[in-house]
Formats: sequence, structure tokens, C-alpha cells
Amino acid sequence: MKITDDEVLHVAALARIRLDDGEVRGLRSQLDKILGYMDILAAVDTAGVDPTHHPLPLVNAMRDDLEQGCQELADVLRNAPQHEDGYIAVPRVIGQG
Amino acid sequence: MLETARQYRRYEKSPVEETRAFLEKIRSDPFNAFVTIDEAGALRDAQAAEELLKSQEPGALAGIPVAVKDNICTRGLRTTCASKILSDFVPTFDATVVKRLKEQGAVILGKTNLDEFAMGSTTTSSIAGPTRNPRDPSRTPGGSSGGSGAAVAAELCAGALGSDTGGSIRMPASFCGITGLKPTYGSVSRYGLVAFASSLDQIGPMAPTARDAAVLFDAIKGHDPLDSTSVPRDYGPTELDGIDLKGLRIGVPEEFFGEGLNPEVKAAVRSGIETLEDMGGRVVQIGLPHVGYGVAVYYIVATAEASSNLARYDGVRYGLRAQGALDLGDMYALTRATGFGPEVKRRIMLGTYALSAGYYDAYYRKASQVRTLIAQDFRRAFSRCDIIVGPTTPVTAFRLDEMIDDPLSLYLLDIYTIPANLAGLPALSIPCGFDSLGLPVGMQLMAPHFREDLLLGAGISFQDRTTYHQEGP
Repeated sequence: MKITDDEVLHVAALARIRLDDGEVRGLRSQLDKILGYMDILAAVDTAGVDPTHHPLPLVNAMRDDLEQGCQELADVLRNAPQHEDGYIAVPRVIGQG
Repeated sequence: MLETARQYRRYEKSPVEETRAFLEKIRSDPFNAFVTIDEAGALRDAQAAEELLKSQEPGALAGIPVAVKDNICTRGLRTTCASKILSDFVPTFDATVVKRLKEQGAVILGKTNLDEFAMGSTTTSSIAGPTRNPRDPSRTPGGSSGGSGAAVAAELCAGALGSDTGGSIRMPASFCGITGLKPTYGSVSRYGLVAFASSLDQIGPMAPTARDAAVLFDAIKGHDPLDSTSVPRDYGPTELDGIDLKGLRIGVPEEFFGEGLNPEVKAAVRSGIETLEDMGGRVVQIGLPHVGYGVAVYYIVATAEASSNLARYDGVRYGLRAQGALDLGDMYALTRATGFGPEVKRRIMLGTYALSAGYYDAYYRKASQVRTLIAQDFRRAFSRCDIIVGPTTPVTAFRLDEMIDDPLSLYLLDIYTIPANLAGLPALSIPCGFDSLGLPVGMQLMAPHFREDLLLGAGISFQDRTTYHQEGP
């Protein structure tokens, strides 16, 4: 077995997704099967092979350091679930013990 | 598309009439190709195009009604990614590709359906419900750009934009019997494309013919300072008369014709290759020894990138926010639990796992190394041939009620399309025949970086000689 229920819960906590018991069981068996398939990669000799993170040899693209306009605050806030006085509002950051 | 442009110029048709006719068809669309129809916006665009057509050089797209996949941002027009988490999101800016289409006078009819966040091959996991294949409504149009594929095949638009991370333009093009191009990584701006896997995503055209796809590609390609992975170079216009195939070396990889390929698909693609030979092309047998690892590499790399990209959907700045959370952390977890569907959760989980402490080297690093070997296979192959030809998908469109429940089996449908994304290569799918049920088969052409001219040129010449692309549903 590649992955346990506890590991599924650990990964879900890292990914900030709450799962119910049924989802944990379903994901454990699906991820187990998918990760099992990934084992075919172990057979490939990759000694000394550089990883590719990008298909083209691009370097950082920099723009000139010039002042420029930005989007209207009112437009941006229209998509915010909750806002007050021009700021986005969120629930309390520290929980109730 | 080109014929309509000519008719506009001769005043035999007007953009407003044409747009009205398309909107009328879309309103009674039985295939559910659209998430959002923008009637007011389309008619406004069409009015503006009438003026543009009075100018000296209006351009090929003036007044042409097109559709845009709903993961590409449109200013003031809802962009949902077919996800509950973005169901009310209204972008404050246009994607660069949309801006370019508008500047050239195109009429944007609306936003087409997709699998949630472009993660899928069936266009079923959408808040708007599944899209059906116009060739046979009991079947999937493929995915994830299935709404664009169906809209083009059902003539609900003259052409459409899709996005392709592992085959999401080419697979629906193949299943719906149309032409779809995944351009070279970096040749079309990704600014305003909702990110799935940033090192693989590309926007591209889907159209009835390779010629129309070329017109759309020319309209959207080119350097964009707003996308740091956009490549600055001289992008010339595509030759719309096609190319002479005499002496063109056509690489045929044995790995693309092995186990898992439906025999009828194989026969149709083989006959397509024979046509290219009859036109003067020369077949060269090539090997791509590492492409068999593509699916494993892709579903590690793409999900790892997705797990990072989709971290932004946290209920804070835009999109859904779950109610009743105790604190901020709880709100994140509840929002994401409610807002994402099962396949998106599965991919975020897989990617998070592959990047997590203790597994990074075995999965993400290993996959990125094998990605290098796949890219090297193509470099070697292209020293012996000019284009590579094979099937787009191993099967034709399957029935929605025979939907495979097993995620891994669905992932394996991407086996022939994924390698081009991993290597950043351009790839085109064109119709090359039908199976015994009359369902279209797609042939895939791949070329070296920035050689879309070869793909579109060969595609145009192939279609000038064949009729597969004209045989409607």
C-alpha cells in the first residue's frame, strides 16, 4: 500500500481541504492506484539527468521600473466575498481555543 | 471564416445579422456547449465591426463570431472555470488573447463549457452540466475544451479558443471532427488564462478547418510583456495556401501505434499518413523511447503545479467563501471542501503529496528528470524528420453512460497528447477518417518549437485534398 488514511488526512491538511470519512476512503484507494502506476518511473535510469521545470530555456523577464496605473479598487472589491472600508474582511485569524 | 470575411466585404452579409443568427442557434443549443452567452456584448461587438468593415483594411476577423473557453478571463463577463468556487467571478480585465481578438474586430458570443478547471477529458465535471458531442449526443465531446469543440462542430460559432495542458484542445478536436492547435509553449500569452499547470498550459484555436485555425492563431500569437514566459521573437503570418509536401520527412513513431490503440483509429491514421505520402511526403520510422512514461510524468508534474496554482482559491479575495467557519484556517478548508469538485480535489491531493516532505525526490524530481529524457527523444527525432505524425487519441468519442469511473483509465487517454506539452512542442489535430460507427478520428501532427507553419501548412494542404473535415454530424 502506497498511502494510508492518516497520510491522506495529512496531505488534506497541507492542501487546506476538509474531507469527510467517505472522501478519505475514496481518495486513499484512488491515490494508491495512481501512485502504484507512477512506479514505472523507478525503472528509468535518470542518473546525472537534469530535471526540466520548463520546456524552453527562458530567463527572468524584467520590466522597466516605471510607475504605472493599477485596477480600480471598487472593481476589485466587487469580487470580494466581504469587505469593509476598502479592505477585504476575513474571519478571526486566531481560533476560539 | 475566410468566406464570411469575404462576404462581409462584398456586403452580402453583415456582422450584426450573422451574430444574431449565431445567437439564435446558441439559444436552442441541444449540446450545452456554453456556460454563459453574452448577447448584449456580442451585438455591441458586431455593431462596432460594421464600422470597422468600412475601413481600408479591416482584417480577417472583423465581425467574425467566436467563442472563448470559460477559463480565459473576459472583462465584465463571468468567468467560472466551470467551478462552484468561481461561479460568480467577474474578471476586471481581459486576457491578452481576448484583448487581441477584440482589437481585430472579432465578436465574442460567450464562454464555452469545460471540465472544472480544465481537469478532465470528458467535459462532464462542470457546474453547467455535461456537454454533448454534436456527432452523437449520447457521447462525450472529449475534454477539457469540449464546449469549444462542440460549439465549432455544431456551427454555433465560426471558431473558438481552447486551452491545452495535456491534450485539452486536441482531444475534443479529434472527438468532434474539427481542427485544433496546441501552439508552442510561449508563443501565445497565458495572461488571463486561469492557471492549471503553468509550465504546460497553452491557449490555442479550434476551428472547422486548418485554414481558419491559422487565422485565429495569427490573431492571438506573439510576445506579451504581461506573461513572463512569453517568447519575444519575430512571429510572421501563416501561409494560408498550404505547403508543398514534396520531400517533407514524416516521422512515424512506433510507440504511438502499440498496445491500447483502437484498430479502427489505427487504420484511419495509417491511411492519413498514406495520403501525406501520396502528396510527396517521405515516411521515416522514428523512436521516442521515453514517451511511454509521459502519463506518469504528466500526472505528477501537472498536479504538483496545480496544487500550488489552486492555493489562491481560499475564499478571501474572490470566489466562494464558506459560511460558519470558526476562524480563518477553518474558512480556507471549508471553502475548498465546498467549492472544488472531486477531480479537482483528487489532483490537488496528488500534487500536494508529490511535493510533500519525503516524497519530493521520488515523485516530483524523478518526473522532472524523465521529462528531460522525453524532450531529448523529440530533439533526436527532429534531426531525422520534419514533422511527427500519429493518432491524437487511442479511441473515438465514447458514450456518456459508459463513462469510465476509474481516474487512471481516463488519464491514459492522454497518452499521445501529453508528450507535446511536456516538451513544449506545437501539435495539431485534424480529422483523418471515421470509425465503423461514423465517429471522427483525429490525426496528430507535431513539429519542432515555433514550427506551427509546418503543421498548419501541412494541415491546410491535407484538407485541400481530403473531405473528412467537411463531413458533418
